[in-house]
Amino acid sequence: MNGMLNYLRKYRKECVLAPLFKMLEASFELMVPLVMQVIIDDGIGGGDRGLIVRMVLLMVALGLIGLVSSVTAQYFSAKAATGFATGVRHALFSHLQSLSFSNMDALGTSKMITRMTSDVNQAQTGVNMTLRLFLRSPFVVFGAMIMAFTIDTRSALIFVAVIAALSLVVFGIMAVNIPMMRGVQAALERVLGATRENLSGARVIRAFCKEDEQFAEFVEKNRALTAKQKRAGWVSGLMNPLTYLLINLAIAWLIYTGAVQVSVGALTPGEVVALYNYMSQILVELIKLANLIVTMNKAAASWNRIADALAIQPDMTSPEVSAPAVDGAPAVQFDHVGLTYGGAGGESLTDIDFSIPRGGTVGVIGGTGSGKTSLVSMIPRFYDATAGAVRVGGVDVRDLNVDELRGRIGFVLQQAVLFHGTIRDNLRWGKADATDEELMAAVRAAQAEDVVAAKGGLDAELEQGGRNLSGGQRQRLTIARALVRRPDILVLDDSASALDQGTDQRLRAAIAGLDYRPTVFIVSQRTASIREADLILVLDDGRMVGRGTHAELLESCPVYREIYESQYGGEASA
Amino acid sequence: MKRGTIREVLTYIGRYKWLAFLSFVLAGVTVVLTLLAPYLAGLAIDQIADSGVDFARLVPLLVQIVACVAATAAIQWVMNVVNNRVTFNVVRDLREDALKKIEILPLAYIDSHPHGEIVSRVIADADAFADGLLMGFTQLFTGVLTILGTLGFMFFMHAGIAVVVVVVTPLSLFVAKFIAQRTHDMFWQQSETRGEMTGYIDEMIGNAKVVKAYGREEASLQAFDEINGRLEKCSLRAIFFSSLTNPCTRFVNSVVYALVALTGGLAALGGGMTVGLLTSFLSYANQYTKPFNEISGVVTELQNAIACAARLLELVHAEPQAPERPGAEALANVEGQVSCRDVSFSYSPDRRLIEHFNLSVQPGQRVAIVGPTGCGKTTLINLLMRFYDVGGGSIAVDGRDIRDVTRRSLRSSYGMVLQETWLKAGTIRENIAFGKPDATEEEIVEAAKASHAHSFIRRLPDGYDTVIGEDGGMLSQGQKQLLCISRVMLALPPMLILDEATSSIDTRTEIRIQSAFARMMQGRTSFIVAHRLSTIRNADTILVMRDGRVIEQGNHESLMRKNGFYAELYRAGSPDAAVNKREVAGDAQG
Repeated sequence: MNGMLNYLRKYRKECVLAPLFKMLEASFELMVPLVMQVIIDDGIGGGDRGLIVRMVLLMVALGLIGLVSSVTAQYFSAKAATGFATGVRHALFSHLQSLSFSNMDALGTSKMITRMTSDVNQAQTGVNMTLRLFLRSPFVVFGAMIMAFTIDTRSALIFVAVIAALSLVVFGIMAVNIPMMRGVQAALERVLGATRENLSGARVIRAFCKEDEQFAEFVEKNRALTAKQKRAGWVSGLMNPLTYLLINLAIAWLIYTGAVQVSVGALTPGEVVALYNYMSQILVELIKLANLIVTMNKAAASWNRIADALAIQPDMTSPEVSAPAVDGAPAVQFDHVGLTYGGAGGESLTDIDFSIPRGGTVGVIGGTGSGKTSLVSMIPRFYDATAGAVRVGGVDVRDLNVDELRGRIGFVLQQAVLFHGTIRDNLRWGKADATDEELMAAVRAAQAEDVVAAKGGLDAELEQGGRNLSGGQRQRLTIARALVRRPDILVLDDSASALDQGTDQRLRAAIAGLDYRPTVFIVSQRTASIREADLILVLDDGRMVGRGTHAELLESCPVYREIYESQYGGEASA
Repeated sequence: MKRGTIREVLTYIGRYKWLAFLSFVLAGVTVVLTLLAPYLAGLAIDQIADSGVDFARLVPLLVQIVACVAATAAIQWVMNVVNNRVTFNVVRDLREDALKKIEILPLAYIDSHPHGEIVSRVIADADAFADGLLMGFTQLFTGVLTILGTLGFMFFMHAGIAVVVVVVTPLSLFVAKFIAQRTHDMFWQQSETRGEMTGYIDEMIGNAKVVKAYGREEASLQAFDEINGRLEKCSLRAIFFSSLTNPCTRFVNSVVYALVALTGGLAALGGGMTVGLLTSFLSYANQYTKPFNEISGVVTELQNAIACAARLLELVHAEPQAPERPGAEALANVEGQVSCRDVSFSYSPDRRLIEHFNLSVQPGQRVAIVGPTGCGKTTLINLLMRFYDVGGGSIAVDGRDIRDVTRRSLRSSYGMVLQETWLKAGTIRENIAFGKPDATEEEIVEAAKASHAHSFIRRLPDGYDTVIGEDGGMLSQGQKQLLCISRVMLALPPMLILDEATSSIDTRTEIRIQSAFARMMQGRTSFIVAHRLSTIRNADTILVMRDGRVIEQGNHESLMRKNGFYAELYRAGSPDAAVNKREVAGDAQG
């Protein structure tokens, strides 16, 4: 729960007024049995017709005031709850954006989305219902008890006993039932998993003729679920009968003690009826309270998940002002760098050591999972080195302001992502105030002129994720987006994989001819894409097994030679 | 359609008709007993008067009350248990029927429906149906009975007051309906805005790496806040206006209560009513309005439940794959001779795919299929395995039309490795032995070694007993593919299909696996679809496909000499690169 109040602070007034008005409504409700008592004792007993009419009008008036207070309360609680949810969503969105890549990897996208949507909704409902009911229900229960005390102490003691017994039953059943429902939920998830498996594996299951076995497995999980549901139903099904039994036993007892009191003249019949009516009010409110607690439980679980997400400390800090660049230092330098991802058993990169002067080109090559992407991700500080240091312009990247550092780098990710909006909007991600001339210059260099033309110019709308483009078209636009900012360092992380060799070659030539001479990193699986680089790094299982030019590596590096031959086969040797 | 759904739900319930019948009987008894209690309480109160208390009549009445509520409580509990049993059994049966259907659905159905949607039918819809059914059982029936019973009791006790209650109470129903209608649009707007927001979150948080790489955090937060603000406004409206229902119906109820007090009080003055009777009346007035408020909720819930049941039943009734032909026999001792004669096929009638396709493969031959994405390579595999049936012409194995043999025997004659690497939730060992559950430890390890999976399996925390989650969980795409290859290496059927079997494996490992494949393919008819052309150079026949037709056929040397499409593909490095080149050149439409 901690931290929840922070987001409610802005709605302090609403949070006080909502329960207050609810209690006002409840107090009017508590007066009704008293009015009824007057009708019975003085109206009917005293034969006063006018009194009965006045009292009934009073009842309607009480109902009306109750209605007004209740509506007011609903408004304040709705306002506080929605405002709370809006604030939490803002905080979450902004917080998630401030996290480092390793934080995000640990959390996972689908979890982040669930936190921001269904968890926040659940918490909002919790706040709303709590403001409305959490004070009202106990107020009615204890109010009824106190009213009973004002009528007759001996009878009121029955109230005390029955409230204790009811609470025990209601909360006892819940205490047993909630863990059982959790078990049901887990069983349901297993059934869900089995269903998905049978759909996603339909081809393989049929190819291996395993339909019957798969069905049997599903049946087993499904039956386990049903058994758990039935068992939970046994317990939860006790709630209504038991509370009903208790209340009515209390009523019988109440009538009996009431009768004894009346017979000695300590109570009037009207007062006995009033006590009876108060008893009936308790039951309704206790059931509401029990339901409220279920809602609050769910809301608390959701809130805890939200709070956990908010509590994640961005594991990367950055100075306000960057340290000054060192004159004559290499553009990028890896100084015996190692990288261990959070939660991983071993290093993903080990002892990476190289440097490249301004305007140079580095090619990075290696098999799947060899660490190519990890290596280039460390330049814009997507991940921090766990050993050694990465330097840009002679300064450790951790001593540079991270926004400024990333502003100098054009990073084209492996996955070509574009956003909903026009092509111009997308390209301006690279530089917010870029002119159309600047945009088109970048588009030309990225060999994407025909893409823009085919779509109908810079104002063409792209769908979410750029779905209305082919893979190759997307890749070229993401490259253009990086070039718009005229970066000091350009990183192409396997981002030309969907381009044919001709276009790939023209792209590389265009990049080499850029007037601002960026330092370029090209990650690729294809030797053809990197063979002209000034420096080629060969990675294998996180280790740098080769460093040099194409010709040098063909001589000295067996892994490089193997990769090269696997792609060119006989032709290479011919 | 809706009526059909209800009838069908009833047949499912019919399997438990005695339990359902019992539930109805118990509900009837419960309602009568519940109504009896306030009546007895009223009689008891009447024994209490200022003038004195008649204990001789009071005590037996109290004993009756206790007996009555004890019986009610016991019966109610039994009823709850019975209702649970019926509901959960019905839903269990429905789920099982749905899954049984999934196993025999044509692949076309599974391919064309999003899996999330089918899963949501089997899980979420079934669950919502269970909830609705349970509510219907427990509340609708007892609610209606309570209303009828209360009316009966009230008319029996005092017709005049009963009429007042009957006339005024439906007001609360109207109020509830009025509010529901007005708020419907607000809720719709709220869920629209929520959808918009989820879409935005999905885009920005899902691609957070790009957002950060370009320092766009501030800008995307601003756009988010704009949607967030709109959501706050429309949520407030929807929540506030819908929350008026309870106070308003409560007010109507208190008016009913006051009217009963008025008419009852006045009647009592005239001697037509006792205080005890009035008290019973007041609690009936409460009981009578409660089911009204509940029933309006239950009806929506039931409508929802029926809609959910309809979605689930739609799946249960989906057309299954064509049944085996009468007299279909098992394919045995497969030689591996495969022929396609004049085969035509398309997924949708308006888009032709494979037409007049002919192919003849001798036992033991290696056939490679190449061509750009969408040319029909994978479709051909679908037809060979009979995942889909041909639209025209025929495919025969060892001279027998594959539609004249059992699917089971046909499919078990093929070993298949696909690009999509599906693994079962379970241990590594179970997955490798998927096609041969009785395999020995040595055989399993042998297969894993042959596919170069052994070394990474050994490094896993529990080796071959490591449990992998749904969809392979922690394994990399390449590792999963290696396991899929081990799975086939162990089963080793007489024919092989390798559809992009090494697409996720780096080129060096691929070369090593190729040698294992080569050994496996020895003497087995094999079909190989590959992206990297270098891996299929030594196939006996290479089929070059384009737009559903075979445009070139021959071995590597002859095709290179021909200098046609294959040669162009080969020089471009991969089939799709060649297509891309066209796209760039502007040959293809944009």
